[in-house]
Amino acid sequence: MAAAVATHWTAHARRFEVNAATREPAWIKGTLIVVALAFFGLFLLLPLATVFAEAFRKGWQVYLAALVESDALSAIALTLLTAGIAVPLNLVFGVAAAWAIAKFNFRGKQLLTTLIDLPFSVSPVIAGLVFVLLFGAQGWFGPWLMERDVKIIFAVPGLVLATIFVTFPFVARELIPLMEAQGREEEEAAIVLGASGWQTFWRVTLPNVKWGLLYGVILSNARAMGEFGAVSVVSGHIRGRTNTLPLYVEILYNEYYFAAAFAVASLLALLALLTLVVKSLVERRGRQQLSVGEESGAST
Amino acid sequence: MIKKLGDEAKTHDFVTRLFRNAPVLDGGERGATTTFTQHGLGDVLVTFKNRGEPLMHAGKPHRVLPGFPLALGYTLVYLALIVLIPLAAVFLKSTSLTWEQFWAVISAPRVVASYRVSFGASLLAAAINAVFGLIFAWVLVRYSFPGKRIVDALVDLPFALPTAVAGIALTAIYAGNGWLGQWLEPLGLKVAFTPLGILVALTFIGLPFVVRTVQPVLEDLDTELEEAGFALAFARAVGEYGSVIFIAGNVPMVSEITPLLIITKLEQYDYVGATAIAVVMLVVSFVLLFLINGLQFWANRGRARS
Repeated sequence: MAAAVATHWTAHARRFEVNAATREPAWIKGTLIVVALAFFGLFLLLPLATVFAEAFRKGWQVYLAALVESDALSAIALTLLTAGIAVPLNLVFGVAAAWAIAKFNFRGKQLLTTLIDLPFSVSPVIAGLVFVLLFGAQGWFGPWLMERDVKIIFAVPGLVLATIFVTFPFVARELIPLMEAQGREEEEAAIVLGASGWQTFWRVTLPNVKWGLLYGVILSNARAMGEFGAVSVVSGHIRGRTNTLPLYVEILYNEYYFAAAFAVASLLALLALLTLVVKSLVERRGRQQLSVGEESGAST
Repeated sequence: MIKKLGDEAKTHDFVTRLFRNAPVLDGGERGATTTFTQHGLGDVLVTFKNRGEPLMHAGKPHRVLPGFPLALGYTLVYLALIVLIPLAAVFLKSTSLTWEQFWAVISAPRVVASYRVSFGASLLAAAINAVFGLIFAWVLVRYSFPGKRIVDALVDLPFALPTAVAGIALTAIYAGNGWLGQWLEPLGLKVAFTPLGILVALTFIGLPFVVRTVQPVLEDLDTELEEAGFALAFARAVGEYGSVIFIAGNVPMVSEITPLLIITKLEQYDYVGATAIAVVMLVVSFVLLFLINGLQFWANRGRARS
């Protein structure tokens, strides 16, 4: 995803402002900053502030009561469980895919990269639909599963599958460009000097990409915990059993428990903020790693 | 040399005559160079730059790193199980309809109205984001101002914030009694529960796509990637569900988006109908995806060349 690109522009901006050729008149600069900040406030800051303002509108007691409700607690548990299964599976896949794509040349590489991106461009609703078609009561494996009394749709396995689908590309997407940029010299050196494949991976590759990896994991975790459309299709909305946090927010909202809905939503908003904080930290570390890598690469 | 002289016989002849006329012949390249430069023997030094050749032509390109079959095999199996086979199921399921039936489902008035809402609002939202996202990215790249770090970090909020949360927050802001709604409605501007609300939600979720695609590119002033950012924002918006359904009002023919129609059909156990509409959306998103990857591929190639 484009967000992976390091975005530390302060030094860069100063360069443009110092250079007379690229410095714009003050009024243009002022206008543009005002327009950008107005857009920012209206479309990003206001929705975020609203979540917390609405959540606390009826006071602390109502807020806390909404969160310790047993349905809320089971929604939290289910959300953690789903993300806890989906994220590690996609992590292993992402590492394998990045190793194959970034370190080797083969035919159809471009196509494979495009196919890995597919879930990004598929509507979440369709991501849910595909699993209903496969495992639903009228689906292809439906009768077979029913005979064996295995429930996938309207049960936890369906939620996990849909979540895996929507978070599928995240880790691979972060790692591929990073590992391509780092090349394979270091790994080749390790192998030639007698390290085994796993040793090379754990001691050379992984330390080199750990920040990018962490970033991919954080992003897919945020999406896994916040996914709504796909899980909405496969969940069946059974309270206390198949409701993840976002689905629980919807139910509360539709039943006009606005304060409670926003209270639960504020948990997800906090998760989003935490994700952004970790993301900026990771980006800073990752940049150092990349620039150090470039310097040592240039000197050899 | 073969290329220059045309055929192998001529080349052979040329090399033979060359060697026959050479009074000093030293075997190795290094030896010949020493003889020529240090001892001053000979008139011409002929060297062959062919040391790389044997390596390149010695069978397959040589792989030092292990794990390729395992990594690629696992990637392909996992990709097939999670993504390709399930998506193929949609296309296969739709073949249970005849072409006429399929066409009847996807061209029903209510469905066509939903395309108009989904694609129209997505296109407009992407256009708004292309303009404001560009200004935003420009400001972030070119200027320094207090709080810039925080602004830069929060651009990704729509990526990180669950869509349902965004949906109820936007609805609360723009509803008749909301923070902005109470000022806008007296002016005759109803946002929540109208197509305008859909536009607001889609603009919200599309913004980071444009900013994050354009931001790194602004240094070189490339234009291809601006288009990729636009296409990304559009692709995301067309399929968007969570942030839209709360604010849309979901009035059939007016403010009903296509993904919601799929869910409506599923809830009526009309699996085939839902699948037919899904096929239309999938085809659109595949075309977009290949377009986006193509644009990025060409942009990268252009940069590599320059």
